[in-house]
Amino acid sequence: MPSFVNPAKCDGCKALDKTACQYICPNDLMVLNKELMKAYNQEPEMCWECYNCVKICPTQAVEVRGYADFVPMGASVSPMRSTEDIMWTIKFRNGQIKRFKFPIRTTPEGSAVPDGGWKTATEDLSSPVLFSEPESLGLPGVIGFKK
Amino acid sequence: MANFETVEVTTDLLILGGGMAACGAAVEAAHWAKKHNVKVTLVDKAAMDRSGAVAMGLSAINQYVGLKDGENTLEDYVKYVRNDLMGITREDLVASIARHVDSTVHLFEKWGLPIWKDAAGKYVHEGRWQLMINGESYKVIVAEAAKNALGISNIIERVFIVEPLMDGDRIAGAVGFSVRENKFYVFKAKAVLVSMGGAVHVFKPRSVGEGLGRAWYPPWNSGSSAYFTIRAGAEMTCQEVRFIPVRFKDGYGPVGAWFLLFKSRATNAMGGDYMVERKPELQNWLPYGNVKPVPANLRNYLGMLDVMAGKGPIYMRTEEAIQKLSEAVQDPKERKKKLKELESEAWEDFLDMTISQAILWAGTNVEPEVKPSEIAASEPYFIGSHSGASGAWVSGPKDLAPPEYFWGYANMSTVKGMFCAGDASGASSHKFSSGSLTEGRIAAKEAIRYIVENNTQPKVDMAAVNALKAKILKPLDLFQEFKSASSDPDINPNFMKPKMFMFRLQKAMDEYGAGVTSQFTTNKMALEKALELLGMLREDAEKLAAEDLHELMRCWENVQRLWQAEVHIRTILFRQETRWPGYYMRADFPKMDEANWRVFVNATWNPKSGDWKMEKKPVINIVK
Ligand SMILES: Cc1cc2nc3c(=O)[nH]c(=O)nc-3n(C[C@H](O)[C@H](O)[C@H](O)COP(=O)(O)OP(=O)(O)OC[C@H]3O[C@@H](n4cnc5c(N)ncnc54)[C@H](O)[C@@H]3O)c2cc1C
Ligand code: SF4
Ligand code: SF4
Repeated sequence: MPSFVNPAKCDGCKALDKTACQYICPNDLMVLNKELMKAYNQEPEMCWECYNCVKICPTQAVEVRGYADFVPMGASVSPMRSTEDIMWTIKFRNGQIKRFKFPIRTTPEGSAVPDGGWKTATEDLSSPVLFSEPESLGLPGVIGFKK
Repeated sequence: MANFETVEVTTDLLILGGGMAACGAAVEAAHWAKKHNVKVTLVDKAAMDRSGAVAMGLSAINQYVGLKDGENTLEDYVKYVRNDLMGITREDLVASIARHVDSTVHLFEKWGLPIWKDAAGKYVHEGRWQLMINGESYKVIVAEAAKNALGISNIIERVFIVEPLMDGDRIAGAVGFSVRENKFYVFKAKAVLVSMGGAVHVFKPRSVGEGLGRAWYPPWNSGSSAYFTIRAGAEMTCQEVRFIPVRFKDGYGPVGAWFLLFKSRATNAMGGDYMVERKPELQNWLPYGNVKPVPANLRNYLGMLDVMAGKGPIYMRTEEAIQKLSEAVQDPKERKKKLKELESEAWEDFLDMTISQAILWAGTNVEPEVKPSEIAASEPYFIGSHSGASGAWVSGPKDLAPPEYFWGYANMSTVKGMFCAGDASGASSHKFSSGSLTEGRIAAKEAIRYIVENNTQPKVDMAAVNALKAKILKPLDLFQEFKSASSDPDINPNFMKPKMFMFRLQKAMDEYGAGVTSQFTTNKMALEKALELLGMLREDAEKLAAEDLHELMRCWENVQRLWQAEVHIRTILFRQETRWPGYYMRADFPKMDEANWRVFVNATWNPKSGDWKMEKKPVINIVK
């Protein structure tokens, strides 16, 4: 099954033109059943369990059930992702529960500045100096092989 | 023909893919494009925030040289890569990336990627070249910088690129289709930068049920880069250098942190350490058998010898490693804290990049501090940016490349105006995420220079475009034409669905092309048999059928895999030696032959005649 949708929680992203899970799946697996207004994974055996549909779903309707051909039943791994960190709850087959929290970024969402505030030293297209260099290298210039 | 609107996009630089290399290309190109009034367009088959191999995140940056603090030199990195690739590497390309990669990592940090730091504010190293990160949002952050630089109006998502467009010997653009609406896309460009990743599912994976998609490499990269560049007539290199990672079995969780950071051992079922017990075997692969670290393929090989001798399973001794690390802490309270810390680090390593492995551990009640976990060699993948090396043969930069490796613009393939980066460019292994992004930057700046110096729009023959449109949409037509011949949409005497096409490819590659079931071993007869089977599969590609856009994409993904397979088989067949045991073995040439085969093998498909040309190219050592 890999990723699966809990129909009680899925609201079809309120019939917006693109659903969040369909938008994000790198393998084009999540689709909306327009009659039921519920999403589903159309090719579960091509799922990487990357959890991107799980993380993005606004109603927490998507979960993952480990690949049945090698994962014994009963465990679950569920994320709660905010703008700064991610909290994981791991439930073992034997019922044990572990929780972990990790930071995901150090800057506000959307704010990545391409040049990081560093200046590019040259306008010369044929120089090996790249955008933001050499400041971003922390060196006086771009180096070559030792002669 | 299926009714598809044709959408024409005319641009200057076309970036294909939205992964690490493409995001680097976008950031770099945006800067130079503004100054030179150049238009840049990026096309990705998925959503850039979570596309490519880094979609799930990563727990480490695998290439950082540390030039600023004098930690290593360019030459150190070149030697490391050369040795790991058993001598076969383009030193100019490796150095070209290595001299810029630190800049990229520093940019990552500014963009917001949390890189672990020690008390003194220095990056925490996993190994000599690797940095530890909290990388769940690695791709989101990188894509954000790329989008902010390029502007979202220049980015097209959910368009699957199939074929190159040519104007004689010059690239003229690309064609593909939307996987969301009935639209056929025609991109016309002065230069094209190919960065559509590597390939998986060319070989049969170990799990073929629900777990079919759980290969180490993500199921959505299908050899689009290789197909595109081969079909444009580019010279391809190192197509024999597949990658077989040894990872935690079935979940494919990473082992790097365990081996490098936690200093874990791997032992066989009898408790023996193959790296110790089989050390003498390394003497058969000199001079590379003596280098430190032992090349990845030789490490694989020693473990495989144990498995073939019936000494499997092989275990990563996680319990032993964690115990050792925590015992090193004297104070009992501190020790408990250390243990908690190690446990959290171990789980994060999986949760950041291979969540399946965490589910497998939880499903089998594995606590790494209590119980060891099995590791195994995976099936082969094509990922020129990691420890494989397959990709297009590209020019080096003017100031680093010897004349044999230089033709005008760094990272330009042998096709005029077609640039390659990341998994798309070959013979420059060990770029990983940071190096791939860096290579995208290098290629993009050079592509802009190419555009400025060759500022004419190539001619596109619209008759050829229409023929391509008919060919690419044919699987939809075939399905409609014949669907009434059977009551099951998948079983029909007139056509074949892409999934079975993929299984046929995987079976041939697995059994004759040195996959898992043939113990990664092959010979001339087996390879010729593989070519015969692939030949018939190529004929049957004409009979692929698709019910919808999703299946149409699957059809073309698998045609792309087939071409990746063919160039691989032809290259292994040509190279009459075994140079990378642990990746594959030629049973009929079981030894390494430095006198005759310390060379690159390059393969070129001729779009006019359909013939393949195989040739040797010299390996030139620049670093002594
Ligand atoms: C499991 C795994 C673990 C790894 N761990 C690490 C690590 O810890 N540290 C590290 O530094 N590196 C790691 N790497 C390596 C790193 O991920 C790659 O080196 C890097 O992603 C290569 O960049 P790329 O741009 O060539 O390909 P990708 O990043 O894979 O990007 C390919 C892009 O092409 C697009 N695409 C594909 N086909 C088409 C098409 N037909 N049309 C349009 N677009 C298309 C995809 O959607 C994607 O956007 C790991 C790789 C894997 C697979
Ligand atoms: S993102 Fe969630 S709510 Fe929206 S369609 Fe998908 S499963 Fe349903
Ligand atoms: S887990 Fe990943 S691959 Fe699977 S359906 Fe969700 S987004 Fe797609």
